[in-house]
Amino acid sequence: MPQIRINGLQRDVAADPQMPLLWVIRDVLGMPGTKFGCGIGACGVCTVHMDGNAVRSCITTLADAVGHEIVTIEGLSTDGAHPVQRAWEAGNVPQCGYCQPGQIMQAAALLAQTPKPTEQQIIDAMSGNICRCGTYLRIRAAIKSVVETKE
Amino acid sequence: MTVVVNMSRRDVVKGVVGMTALVLGFHVGSRNLPSAIAATATTFEANVYLAIDETGLVTIVAHRSEMGTGIRTGLPMVLADELEADWSRVKIIQAQGDPKFGDQNTDGSRSMRQFYEPMRVAGASARQMLEAAAAHMWGVDANDCRARNHMIVHVPTGRQLPFGAVVKAAATLQVPPADHLELRLKPASERRYIGKSIPIVDLNDIVRGKAKYGIDVVLPGMKYASVERCSVYGGRVLTFDATDALKVPGVEHVVAIPPTPIPSGFYPLGGIAVIAANTWAAQQGRQKLKITWDFGPNAKHDSSAYRAQLEATARQPGHIVRNQGNVDEALVSAARRISADYFVPYYAHAPMEPPNAAANVVGDKCEIWAPTQFPQAARTTVAEALGLRYEDVTVNVTLLGGAFGRKSKPDYVVEAALLSRQVGAPVMVTWTREDEIQHGYYHAICAQHLEAGLAPDGRASGWLHRTVFPAIESTFQPNVAYGSAGELQQGVTDMPYAIGNVRCENGPAANHVRIGWYRSVYNIPHAFAVCSFADELAHASGKDPVEYLRQLLGDSRKLDFAAMGVDYPNYGASLDVYPVDTGRLCGVLDLVVRNSEWGGPLPPGQGRGVAVHRSFLTYVAAIVHVAVAQDGQVTIPRVDVALDCGLVVNPDRVRAQFEGAVIMGISNTLYSNISIKEGRVEQGNFDDYLVARTDITPETYVHMVESDAAPGGVGEPGVPPIAPAICNAIFAATGKRVRALPIDPAQLKSA
Repeated sequence: MPQIRINGLQRDVAADPQMPLLWVIRDVLGMPGTKFGCGIGACGVCTVHMDGNAVRSCITTLADAVGHEIVTIEGLSTDGAHPVQRAWEAGNVPQCGYCQPGQIMQAAALLAQTPKPTEQQIIDAMSGNICRCGTYLRIRAAIKSVVETKE
Repeated sequence: MTVVVNMSRRDVVKGVVGMTALVLGFHVGSRNLPSAIAATATTFEANVYLAIDETGLVTIVAHRSEMGTGIRTGLPMVLADELEADWSRVKIIQAQGDPKFGDQNTDGSRSMRQFYEPMRVAGASARQMLEAAAAHMWGVDANDCRARNHMIVHVPTGRQLPFGAVVKAAATLQVPPADHLELRLKPASERRYIGKSIPIVDLNDIVRGKAKYGIDVVLPGMKYASVERCSVYGGRVLTFDATDALKVPGVEHVVAIPPTPIPSGFYPLGGIAVIAANTWAAQQGRQKLKITWDFGPNAKHDSSAYRAQLEATARQPGHIVRNQGNVDEALVSAARRISADYFVPYYAHAPMEPPNAAANVVGDKCEIWAPTQFPQAARTTVAEALGLRYEDVTVNVTLLGGAFGRKSKPDYVVEAALLSRQVGAPVMVTWTREDEIQHGYYHAICAQHLEAGLAPDGRASGWLHRTVFPAIESTFQPNVAYGSAGELQQGVTDMPYAIGNVRCENGPAANHVRIGWYRSVYNIPHAFAVCSFADELAHASGKDPVEYLRQLLGDSRKLDFAAMGVDYPNYGASLDVYPVDTGRLCGVLDLVVRNSEWGGPLPPGQGRGVAVHRSFLTYVAAIVHVAVAQDGQVTIPRVDVALDCGLVVNPDRVRAQFEGAVIMGISNTLYSNISIKEGRVEQGNFDDYLVARTDITPETYVHMVESDAAPGGVGEPGVPPIAPAICNAIFAATGKRVRALPIDPAQLKSA
């Protein structure tokens, strides 16, 4: 049986190794914070971290994930105190909120790898994440506020 | 100081501008306080929206659906304000679909304007009952008792009792019925929450991934379904072979959903459902289905050919829907005659959460969990489809991961209910993105023809506007060829310019796909055409577009639809309370001009455009600054939006809605397009159905008119002026006029 390490726990997964990680996380492991939006890696709402990199879980198979450290929105912080989550709250970013776990995971990976991103680096990193409500401006402001808070 | 308002029940109804649907479920005061509540009651159920328990916890029912507008926070704010509740001790619960709550159809940007007064009345009547209860306990005059921030204060002595301490008395006390209650609504100066930016109640859950949308519902023993539907609207299954699908590990059932004869309305399209232990297995099994189809009467529908038909129709006279003066004479006698044709395509809603629903049918009862804008219609349609009694269907409303009108239609909810009954287990139906893009209720494709006559000084003397589009009613009734008054009011019959000779016409269009409400609906094409054409007239006259718009709007006045002979539904609202006021249009125009950099210098290839439009009772002006590259690519450095929606309840959420509307307007203008060949939608996912991403996002400034006028719409009115303002800016930048959406960058390439 495939095993994956997710949010710090080793989990047995009784599923087809070709099943996308998204559905493993949602349907098999019962963690609904990671969302389904497109199934082809084109919208970013399913974004999780694999070894610290932002990946689209809808096009990452269970087999791809074996042996790697997976973190979902549920595991980003124990109490919602990750600086990105706090910035999202302070900036009142979400409207419907559905894409925001993916946006937050994308932004968290960006800032972990590029602590002081330029505007263009923010745009490049976040352009794969669609928000149909149109919260992009606040997302960018929230990311910049994390950088400013650190300084 | 407290204003005393004698509000009879009739006034309550009048106060909500005559929405008869509301009367049905609107109960305040003790009318709903049955004597059945025993003397030991520990909860004071003041009305259907409100309960207070002995710990002082105030529970407010949010009966409108939360799809991102913040209404689940905004309406409870209004109630809590009147109640004098401490917001930190307020809990919000979501209503099930039930007429006792009044209208729950969360569309048309109606929630605040319909329920602002009822929420105030619900809060104020409960507050007065708490005051009366405290007075009873103290043996004092109730007029000396006042609620203040979760306490009842006896004003002469300063004695206090917390809300929780008077709950038991309030629940048992005989209080005058609401009809006779002298309601004291708080004056503006005592507002506690209204007008303050309060974070949405779900914010904390959302950023932690704990917010529960429809797609997140899990029921014990639940199965997951994916449905293959005919690629052509009105098609049906001839034969199917499920052998290979059933071999996919995890697949448990393959069952047919019967087709609905078209027009199919709120009912499912029909198809073959694969039901499995998880979503992935269901989707895999679905790919193994072998189906032969009868594609039906729409198999030849081609959106390019259809567009040509609509455009040809728009060049012919249509049904006259507004007529003043003599347009033909004005056009013939004008110094200059200008004409232009505009086109807007089909759009899909593409909410990030695709349609989905969970259902559990047990015997003759059905329970639903769904992200639905219209829970009562979901309940009715499920009951009809399953032959169940209305009272045996329960609809639980989850958060909606976006909706934009798509989730007003309960077809996907009915699918879940039918499948649960067939397999005898709870079933979750999850649409794929392709399902959502290819089986939508599309925004109406629309062709328009406009003509104007100009005097030598550039003043418009005649205005002819023809619009042709498939009507939404054609999704529900056969042989509907013309738009309704409610559709034509959206930017046609309410054309606000002061022109002596005006004629508006509507030509016929056949229906070939499901047409539905899409955020701001027919205002999208009509504002695009009307606000673009105004800009064309300004340039033809050699005038500054803002100055020309001011001249077109003319003196401040209220459109007199009765005198014009126009059937103007005014979005279901009273024209006395919500007139079409050109003064307010000028007001937002002035506000946006003052705050933007209109008239300031720009480098070559850049320009600014303006548009002003009223929809959903709210007045909006936009100024957009664009830059057009040599390859024709458009970027948008800045957008300024000014709005007058009357009273603003939660300013930050109003701001957010208008920021988001700019993005949706950009999607409509630059990217999105549904095209159809041989009856099939050609797009399938976000790789070919394009929407705005962060890279196009402009600096956006939202400017609000401070107003105590009755609240208007917020969710939709920000969208319509964006497309024309962008295209007017492109004209200013390049001299090229865009009259068809989405913009083709090839058209804007430098020569």
